[in-house]
Amino acid sequence: MILRRVQYEAARRVVGPVLASLDAWQRRLRRRRGRPRAGPFGPPLQSTRKLKELMAVHYYQGRFADGAVPVAWVTSGFPVEVLRPLGFHAVYPENHAAICGVQRLVPALSDAAEAEGFSRDLCSYARTDLGSVIAGRTPVGRLPRPDLLACCTNICQTVLYWYRALAERLGVPLVLVDTPYVYGREAKPHLLRYVRDQLEELVRVAERVSGRRTEPEALAEAARLAKVGTDLWGECLALGRHRPAPWTAIDGFFHMAPIVSLRGSEACNAYYRLLRDELADRVRRGVGGIRDERHRLLWDNLPIWFAVRELSTLFAERGFNFVCTSYTNAWAEAGSRIDPADPLGSAASAYTHVILNQDLPNRLGILRRLARDYAADGAVLHSDRSCKPYSIGQVDLKERLAAELGIRVLLLEADHSDPRAWAAEQGENRLTAFMEGFA
Amino acid sequence: MTPAAIGVDVGSTTCKAVAIDADGRILARAVEPLDPRIEPQVERLVAAVGGGAGPEVPLGATGYGRKRVKAGRAVTEITCHARGAYARTGRPGVLVDMGGQDTKVIRVGAAGEVLDFAMNDKCAAGTGRFLEVILGRLRVPFDEVGALAGGAAKAVTVSSTCTVFAESEVISLVAGGAPPDGIVKGLHQALASRVAALARAVASGAPEMFLSGGVALNAAMGAALRDALARPVRVVPEPQLVGALGAALCVLR
Repeated sequence: MILRRVQYEAARRVVGPVLASLDAWQRRLRRRRGRPRAGPFGPPLQSTRKLKELMAVHYYQGRFADGAVPVAWVTSGFPVEVLRPLGFHAVYPENHAAICGVQRLVPALSDAAEAEGFSRDLCSYARTDLGSVIAGRTPVGRLPRPDLLACCTNICQTVLYWYRALAERLGVPLVLVDTPYVYGREAKPHLLRYVRDQLEELVRVAERVSGRRTEPEALAEAARLAKVGTDLWGECLALGRHRPAPWTAIDGFFHMAPIVSLRGSEACNAYYRLLRDELADRVRRGVGGIRDERHRLLWDNLPIWFAVRELSTLFAERGFNFVCTSYTNAWAEAGSRIDPADPLGSAASAYTHVILNQDLPNRLGILRRLARDYAADGAVLHSDRSCKPYSIGQVDLKERLAAELGIRVLLLEADHSDPRAWAAEQGENRLTAFMEGFA
Repeated sequence: MTPAAIGVDVGSTTCKAVAIDADGRILARAVEPLDPRIEPQVERLVAAVGGGAGPEVPLGATGYGRKRVKAGRAVTEITCHARGAYARTGRPGVLVDMGGQDTKVIRVGAAGEVLDFAMNDKCAAGTGRFLEVILGRLRVPFDEVGALAGGAAKAVTVSSTCTVFAESEVISLVAGGAPPDGIVKGLHQALASRVAALARAVASGAPEMFLSGGVALNAAMGAALRDALARPVRVVPEPQLVGALGAALCVLR
């Protein structure tokens, strides 16, 4: 136990950073040997190096987490701040699945899950995660075995069945935070009480699993850090309102990793201060995310992880930049609701009012606001085969956005991480035709 | 006469080329089944319609093989079909283009521009390929389809619109003694209902509907679509050439 703890701490403080800087050094060397990249994009963000280091160290440290500290596997919309004061190492299977998606490992991992009887119609994140557990394969070296599975239904109902399957397979307790769907602008008080009661129970369960007590000051501090981090992420995104936008929303898909996986930690916040300052500097100097920004677009839904680079290049080459997305924005929305003076009550409200737990008029409102604030003259709504809650209603959203804002809107069928649900030639054909319409 | 522009449409089933004059009128046309060696075929068709025209005549290319056309400006079929259909009809409206590999529903604006469009997903149901596979199974030549379906006393219901499932369904129908003309009519109804669902996504309130693409050469398809949508559908003249015409118009100086 003590040895394990020493390994865990050393991984974060010494070994991980050394390995990450070695890797960065090798990359620089390779780049120096190769020709400089001339393409449609602006100069790369310097912060990206720090981002890679932060996430690499996080995953590297995770290899030594089990046995050293309590480990929780959590859904992306889970109130993780509640677990931070108890010293939990949080693993995000969705973030891990996105890494697998970028590296095009999903078909192989999904096959492993399908061979055990899981349907291909399930979310590809769920299939990737279950497949990774079943096959014992991961691109990050090793994922620590969980002591607790923590699942919040504010993003979908699939997570419940997915985490139940994990709980059965791994033989660990599952704690559920059930967030009733919000109709209208604000959730009814009794529903928020219901969520808050579950958070109190979550504290008791997490204390039992970790063998520690929650200090109220530590809980308030975790809430404060989460609030600051969320607001910093919001500041980074808001800099995209400038013309030209200093980065692409596609960059944002990668730079959102800390606010998802390290929310409520100082490391997360330090990173976003660095990123914000760099973006603000680019705005001052007029440096854009793409070289020639002629059109500004809104993206709705998750990215298409395995084709994100190809697609953003296709757009950038024709002067189109995605300047905002409803997905990256989702992690900037909660800041105003989090209150360190009432960590559990405010978490109940913040985590119940997330985009996927709100009705269609609210979603339309968010898209309309983003399109206006970021001066978007078009929108691509990704109809994601894997994410039904995000994709339902998009035909209506498309019509309303086009009619109310007078912008061009395209519905694009794909999947966030399974390339088998994506027809590259037909998809690119559709996107090209969409862009031709702007001429 | 030297053409003002040439357009080629390298589709999934056929390759089409047209040469036009400065007013957009078609001077010469050529259609061949698609050859897997795209480049020589395009060169041959361009030479056939160009009448010895040199590289100074602008060349527009569309269709799935458009990137294989050297020296041509590539434009997607969606934009080209809108331009081509508008040039032939002179009217805005909703255009249904049924090609070999996909079906597009395009809302065309008052200047021939694309306002909105929808396409079938990866699946080949609702396309020319669907008809080709099943008609092949029934041994019905494409140019006899219209008369056969038109003469059917009663349509036999084909419930599946998946090419694979419909093929086995048709095998069972044939084995069960259903008349081939009724099956062909039923097939067109199944196909039309699939396309109509797609059309409704962009057609709301549109004044007129048009049909283009190789499938439109089959009169039974226009009739089935008219029935499914319960509104008139006009077939664009020379429907198979609309994409190539649009490609030529896109590069006309």
